[in-house]
Amino acid sequence: MVDERPLFGPRAYLLLVRMWSRSASQYRVSLAFTGFAQMLVASFDLISIAVIYTHVQTLAGFTFAETLYLYGTTRLAFAASDLVASGIESVADSIRLGTFDLVLIRPVSTLAQVLADQFTPKRFGKLIPAVVTLVWALTELPLHWTPAKVAVAVVTVLTGFVLYCSLWVLSGCISFIAVDAREVANTFTYGSEYATEYPLTIFGRPLGLALTFVLPVAFVTWQPSLYVLGHADPFGLPGFLRFASPVIAALLAGLAALAWRGSVRRYRSTGS
Amino acid sequence: MTESIERHNEADTSSGAEPIILAEGLTKTFTAHKRAGLLRRERSEFTAVDHIDLRVAPGELVGYIGPNGAGKSTTIKMLTGILTPTSGRLRVAGFEPQRDRVRLARRIGVVFGQRTTLWWDLPLKDSFTLLQRLYKIPPAKYAANLDYYIEALDLGPFLDRPVRQLSLGQRMRGDITAALLHDPAVVYLDEPTIGLDVVSKHAVREFLRDLNQRTGATILLTTHDTDDIERLCSRVVAIDHGRVAYDGPLDELRADRDLETVVRELYTGRSLVDTTG
Amino acid sequence: MRVYLTAARLSLRRYLTYRSSAAAGVVTNTIFGCIRAYVLVALWKERPEIAGWDLSDAVTYAFVTQGLISPMGIFLSNTELGPRIRSGDVAVDLYRPVDFQAWWLSLDVGRAIGNGILRSAPPVLFGLVFFPVRLPAEPVRWLEFAACCVIGYAISFALRYTASLVAFWTMDERGIATIISTAGMFCSGMLLPLTIMPGALGTVVQHTPWAAVLQMPINVLLGTQSGGFGYALAFGSLWALLLLGFGRLLTSSARRKVVVQGG
Repeated sequence: MVDERPLFGPRAYLLLVRMWSRSASQYRVSLAFTGFAQMLVASFDLISIAVIYTHVQTLAGFTFAETLYLYGTTRLAFAASDLVASGIESVADSIRLGTFDLVLIRPVSTLAQVLADQFTPKRFGKLIPAVVTLVWALTELPLHWTPAKVAVAVVTVLTGFVLYCSLWVLSGCISFIAVDAREVANTFTYGSEYATEYPLTIFGRPLGLALTFVLPVAFVTWQPSLYVLGHADPFGLPGFLRFASPVIAALLAGLAALAWRGSVRRYRSTGS
Repeated sequence: MTESIERHNEADTSSGAEPIILAEGLTKTFTAHKRAGLLRRERSEFTAVDHIDLRVAPGELVGYIGPNGAGKSTTIKMLTGILTPTSGRLRVAGFEPQRDRVRLARRIGVVFGQRTTLWWDLPLKDSFTLLQRLYKIPPAKYAANLDYYIEALDLGPFLDRPVRQLSLGQRMRGDITAALLHDPAVVYLDEPTIGLDVVSKHAVREFLRDLNQRTGATILLTTHDTDDIERLCSRVVAIDHGRVAYDGPLDELRADRDLETVVRELYTGRSLVDTTG
Repeated sequence: MRVYLTAARLSLRRYLTYRSSAAAGVVTNTIFGCIRAYVLVALWKERPEIAGWDLSDAVTYAFVTQGLISPMGIFLSNTELGPRIRSGDVAVDLYRPVDFQAWWLSLDVGRAIGNGILRSAPPVLFGLVFFPVRLPAEPVRWLEFAACCVIGYAISFALRYTASLVAFWTMDERGIATIISTAGMFCSGMLLPLTIMPGALGTVVQHTPWAAVLQMPINVLLGTQSGGFGYALAFGSLWALLLLGFGRLLTSSARRKVVVQGG
């Protein structure tokens, strides 16, 4: 008589996103302004790279087009993840105000509800400069494109997306434990993105190596990009690592899912 | 109209005597960590709910009362699956709230008096549409229910208005509808008449009584308002310091006295005769 | 006058209590300071001197700006004024027998000092230890630096205040405020030192009011300001007076609007 299966998580997510978008579109002017502002922010980063390269031909061993590619891939992956998952930033407020209980009352995945929270179309604004950069880079790069390279390039962005989403979820989980720790967790997410906009070699060998392994993002965008750009690894790491990104992304996604389940379980046990 | 709305005490129980809410030895203890000195941390335990036994049969309308901090909202949170019990047994509508939160959620409805469950910036009817999809309410059933509640609660004039523009009374009616659209077997109402004017209070009470009689939905009502208890509840469960202080018919609680006096005595900790139901 | 001092003092006290969030903020600032510094290091390694700066000037710039972000309010795209206007609470403020702009200035000064105390030193210290950051020894330079900071702060306040006032007319100042703070981020030199920006871009960007908020104080500190302290002082003061004056005009205009509309 009654369909017993609860509404599928992603479907619930899309439903809520649609609703939030309609709510946000009431403030159309402000939305336009903020969307424009987001585009502006991303454009300024781009301008910064261009300014740097008016003074030099190569930076840390990479040319302008190559740096654009690195910037574009990590930015695009990040902007896409921001679009989809940054709703989780409101978890901290939700816990504080007691509205997280409302999430637990619905017959739907808590993560879907939380990720969709406060969705606003202005986030699309961040995608545009990233795509523009990537396109620009691709036209400038003097590369011979093989199907393998194309595949790796696409996978770079996809796995980067999955990875950043996992970082968002993980940083959201920290809100359950300590509200101010969230800012530090956020730093990890935003910082990972910032650190991978430029060639990792700017950090020098010891720090660069450390970051490659400590910052999963560096692993996921930097290494495969070396393959696509046909660049020798400045740190001298074995070649197979360049294709390890899907594994890393999957691992982190699994970790994020487990961490979320654990966080909700803990919340239900301690009451906040 | 009434035929399309289910009668729950037939649909959800195998035998007439099976309680729809069953709590045995239900306990919830919170641990607080306080800093004592530079490095040490002290653990203090606080028992909010202390071995509560509760049996509610399908179709009952129960008043759940007690002073602030007595453990009322903690109990409700456990019944709805928000909190997990520290110990004890709990079954609601055939499910363990701890384990089957999602499946239980489709069978319960919750109304918070002080917080809305609706989406703040959206028109009221959009919240309802969203709920239909979230709860997977069959379209025909949804339409019938919605029409009924629009008429019964007079929602028509403000269906298109964003929730944030509604008055308290309007919002409460919206919240009640939202909790009932999916025909829940158990409905929890946490201070539903708080802040409402006299006319609205009366309307809400009448509506709840009618709901209970018409559909057989089990209703658990948390309130400080003695008129709510007086008008609606045949049975009262009083909780104090995490324990059941009284569980039985309203008439016996009141005896020949004024209900308000009795409740005040209850709240100030004076013990009552005849504590078990 | 005492009213404003009290307001500032209470605001300061309040911001001094936000200790754990300040700690988190310091960590964030330092990490981002490092990344910025590394980018600049990579650049200066290729070209040891750019626009009169050497490597140590560049990294000093990176870390001192990170220290100044918080007091200057660079990333504050919404003050508390905006939400108050939107909710209508501001009506109470307008009826108070104090100068509206001065009132908000006092509150913000308290915030700036509080944030400064808690957050400014650590990134700079970090830079001193791990990077070739070099701070001048002459007290005169520091006094000049402080004077430029005060002016830079005044400009920053005036910009944020004016942007928030827009809410009186549009009911939602967040969009405009975000744009102003975004432009501010770039034009104050947060992303790259303004001095290395080439051609027309460089000229334009060094004459906006934001140039006086971070870039000029640090130029003065490093001793690399073209035209010296005098120029920085004149440039900054001019913009500060203009913007504060504009703020006052908007305030009286807003006040008249509120009276006409009946709040």
